[in-house]
Amino acid sequence: MYTKDGENYFIVDSHVHLWDGSPENQANRYGKGFIECFYDYHRNLSPEEWVWPLEKFEKYGEATLMKDLFEDGYVDKAIFQPTYLTDFFTNGFNTTEQDGFLAERHPDKFIVNGAWDPRDGEAGLAALERLAQRWNLRGVKLYTAEWKGSSKGWKLTDDWSYRYLEKCQELGIRNIHVHKGPTIYPLNRDAFDVADVDDVATAFPELNFIIEHVGLPRLEDFCWIATQEPNVYGGLAVAMPFIHSRPRYFAQVLMELLYWLDENRITFASDYAIWHPKWLIEKFVDFQVPEDMQGEYGTLTPDVKRKILGVNAAKLYDIEVPREAAVPDEVTDSTEAVGSAPAVPA
Amino acid sequence: MTATTSLAERAWAALATVNDPELDQPITDLGFVLAATVHTAAAGTGVDVRLRLPTYFCAPNFAYLMVADAYDALVALPEFDWAEVRLTDHFAAEEINAGVAARDGFAGTFEGQAVGELDELRHTFRRKAHLACLERTCRKLLDDGWRIDALAHTTLGQVPASAERDSLVRRRRELGIPASAETPLFVDDSGAAIPEEQVEQRLRFAKTVRVSIDGNTGWCRGLLRTRYGDGPVPQDDAGTREDVATRKDAQAREEPGKQEAS
Repeated sequence: MYTKDGENYFIVDSHVHLWDGSPENQANRYGKGFIECFYDYHRNLSPEEWVWPLEKFEKYGEATLMKDLFEDGYVDKAIFQPTYLTDFFTNGFNTTEQDGFLAERHPDKFIVNGAWDPRDGEAGLAALERLAQRWNLRGVKLYTAEWKGSSKGWKLTDDWSYRYLEKCQELGIRNIHVHKGPTIYPLNRDAFDVADVDDVATAFPELNFIIEHVGLPRLEDFCWIATQEPNVYGGLAVAMPFIHSRPRYFAQVLMELLYWLDENRITFASDYAIWHPKWLIEKFVDFQVPEDMQGEYGTLTPDVKRKILGVNAAKLYDIEVPREAAVPDEVTDSTEAVGSAPAVPA
Repeated sequence: MTATTSLAERAWAALATVNDPELDQPITDLGFVLAATVHTAAAGTGVDVRLRLPTYFCAPNFAYLMVADAYDALVALPEFDWAEVRLTDHFAAEEINAGVAARDGFAGTFEGQAVGELDELRHTFRRKAHLACLERTCRKLLDDGWRIDALAHTTLGQVPASAERDSLVRRRRELGIPASAETPLFVDDSGAAIPEEQVEQRLRFAKTVRVSIDGNTGWCRGLLRTRYGDGPVPQDDAGTREDVATRKDAQAREEPGKQEAS
């Protein structure tokens, strides 16, 4: 819980990792390239005093994570989003099991999400069932740019992907976090395109699709889809840290999201350990739309911030929000400039 | 270009016509061209160019387009007998460099991993670029006091000259949309005029496109700076100082008063 100026904020960090990107675990040059790419994200958008040495960033361990999230970082509940990358890292970058074992040592702190890959076919479906049972999965994180042998990625609309989504529905896995990356099969297509989300969101109205990075770098396509599909959400990982280095751009992105979606479908995430939740949360609670943009975009209220920081994700995962940080249901208008409610499917 | 323009500067000017299709800005301006080195020998004059990108994992299709477009822009210059473009520090650099040099096309370069060329991808991003430029032009008009309901009845010729208007005209030509003075300003991707009642909604979406492209550009510029710093540009062993056009030279040419003594 974070308290500032008499306002309480219940914090659900919807996207955290415990990874091992150390040289010992790197399987090849791609693993090295991957962690260095993450490190550049970290260095580029963190305030100087929050930048870690590369060695720490590669492998920071359980004690650091627990202190950063829960002692220093105000987080009440953190959602582990696994990223396997077994073609790049010998033991995987960050698997469900690694997250799960840590979560079991700290009851009530974490939600453990799983993952699947449609290219694993029938065997993968059985593995998903076991994973769901073992870790009581309510969500999965899918990385469509994951490499597997000669394949450089997949789409949500691939035949086998539908089979896995059906299985999720059957297993009670309601929350599908979608993470796009730079590659896909076939490579001549735009790998960041989120059009496939549109199709599956329509086909599976009981599932929630949380698009990580709010579709960046295709914010406009994400907004266009999310405004029409009420079960599409935006996760703010990667968008959040712009609040420090480019606050005007951050304001634009957030207010565009609030215009096209609404304040109930945007969730806070640090993408820890790429960024530390403490400074993100402090800056976000202090944040206001720059004055010269308020005429166009309106302003942010504490209730909107409360929803984004925790209440919205709490609803997705049935997490109880303490009374002092709850938002009354009648509060629905995020800004003066909200222009479109989600279209109701016919 | 004057008669005294060096070969390296000509190469640089050709590279300045190549845009990052996703960010819709010249690769020279984005800092993606590390160096263009001219080689003069009895056998012929050539140029080799080194490109770099903000991350190791930048999308391979856009990377390929930039390398291939840079190559095409250079070989079109009659001054050069050969050209070589090399992408560096990228996961697919080897495949892309070899594929472009051999003119294999994208599908040939990534055999088994692609099912076609990149025309559709390029077209998608030209449409986005057009929409963003249209929004910038209209925003300028609205800031200058124009009424939004007038936009549907405005021709390109009625739009006062500005950098925004120029870049809009360029994007229309790239898409094959007529761009003469009597054509309507507010058109869709096919050149059809948008009815007045749809202008506001379309302009609103165009703004989101513009915010998205501007944001990505800032992010990519920032990452490139983080990755490579603003330090001195390494020299290619193969060329003498005079033969090499680099980012610094280009900046100095644009701002002669700021040229550092060497």
